[in-house]
Amino acid sequence: MSARPGVIRQALMVAQKDLLIEVRSPSRVVGLFFFALALVVLIAFTADASPGVLRKTAGGALWLGLLLASTRALDLSYAVETDNDALSGLVLWPVHPAAVFYGKAIANTAVLALVGTLLTPLVVALYSAPIPGGWPAWGQYAVILGLGSAALAAPGTFYALLTTRARASSVMLPLLMFPLVVPALLSASRATTLLMDGDGMGEVPGWVSLLLAFGLLHWSLEGLFYGSIVEDS
Amino acid sequence: MVDDLSRRFGQRWAVARASFSLPRGEALMLTGNNGSGKTTLLRCLSTALKPHVGTARWGGVDLWEQRAACRPKVSLYSHASALYEDLSGPENLRTWARLGGYEPRVEQRLAEVGLELRPEPVRTYSAGMKRRLALARALLKEPELLLLDEPFAALDPDGRTLVLDLASRRRAAGTTLILATHIPEEAAKLCDRRIHLESGQIVEVA
Repeated sequence: MSARPGVIRQALMVAQKDLLIEVRSPSRVVGLFFFALALVVLIAFTADASPGVLRKTAGGALWLGLLLASTRALDLSYAVETDNDALSGLVLWPVHPAAVFYGKAIANTAVLALVGTLLTPLVVALYSAPIPGGWPAWGQYAVILGLGSAALAAPGTFYALLTTRARASSVMLPLLMFPLVVPALLSASRATTLLMDGDGMGEVPGWVSLLLAFGLLHWSLEGLFYGSIVEDS
Repeated sequence: MVDDLSRRFGQRWAVARASFSLPRGEALMLTGNNGSGKTTLLRCLSTALKPHVGTARWGGVDLWEQRAACRPKVSLYSHASALYEDLSGPENLRTWARLGGYEPRVEQRLAEVGLELRPEPVRTYSAGMKRRLALARALLKEPELLLLDEPFAALDPDGRTLVLDLASRRRAAGTTLILATHIPEEAAKLCDRRIHLESGQIVEVA
């Protein structure tokens, strides 16, 4: 037997395992993409607004689509663990509970960021919202997409564990998660819209800082408390 | 080893005041009807469940209180296979081995349980093949205490013989076995002692 891996290595292994499962069953990511896409298209059609107004709603539509798709993604990420009680298997193996949390949160962040990346050209086209400013602006957009996905994934991974064995988990998760992620949703959508519609006042860094602070808070706190919940679940 | 151990679900005591000891390297069979408390007792010993009353000790150490240190030494093979259905058998074994820092030796471990290196996902396996793969996973740890919950379920006669053979080899290597079963005739070939449970209570020790 070689040395038992530390928490960080175990977290990366859990993330790798979750992402390998996503690769083996690509229908999940494809399903999430079309779910988010349907929302983005419906919002664009029902808004029935001029291109200028529509551009101002692009960030909100993108992040609303990602938020709603995230609940499905999070449910699915625990479905693979509960099918054969693999989550108990991880705890008893033992894999450190923080490694389970961070591994699953990293994988969920990657899935959301991928769906967001696939949605981007369609949002740009549907909402007449190109991102002016060349590569630096696209770089900022990538940072917002990454931070926003991480900010949704951490509380989502935590609350999905709480609700995974509840009878109405698909209802319980949004009820618990949505009020909590309002600051992340607001800052990500405002920063995205400002990038698309022009940031005359230089507000983007402020919104990105708020997103970063939200993410850091949740990635720290929920990693700490996950252990006591996963032992009881 | 097990002292006055009790565990309830809601108001119902699934295991009530169970006490017994088992020397290292021996094998114990748990028998009893459905709902008699065998699985709950094994889950308490595996540290999946916290006893509400009493203790279970292994090597002088309280299993629950010292669960982080005890878990690498204890393995539970049960109906819950802990396998990932979208991964192949080899991928499952490799993943679990890496997570625990164990030698994968995938081909050898699959051969031990009568399986081949197959790239198909586990969801395409038969129930018996899944049970065999779950056994290979449980043995990755090379545990000091091996808990077998209905180890013959879903297995053909060859599979049953294989479980008995692997378990007796582990026992010869010093592993302690506790086995819950509805087929005492098969398990009797392996076990030194038998405990019979009824409604969560030990009613017979033989």
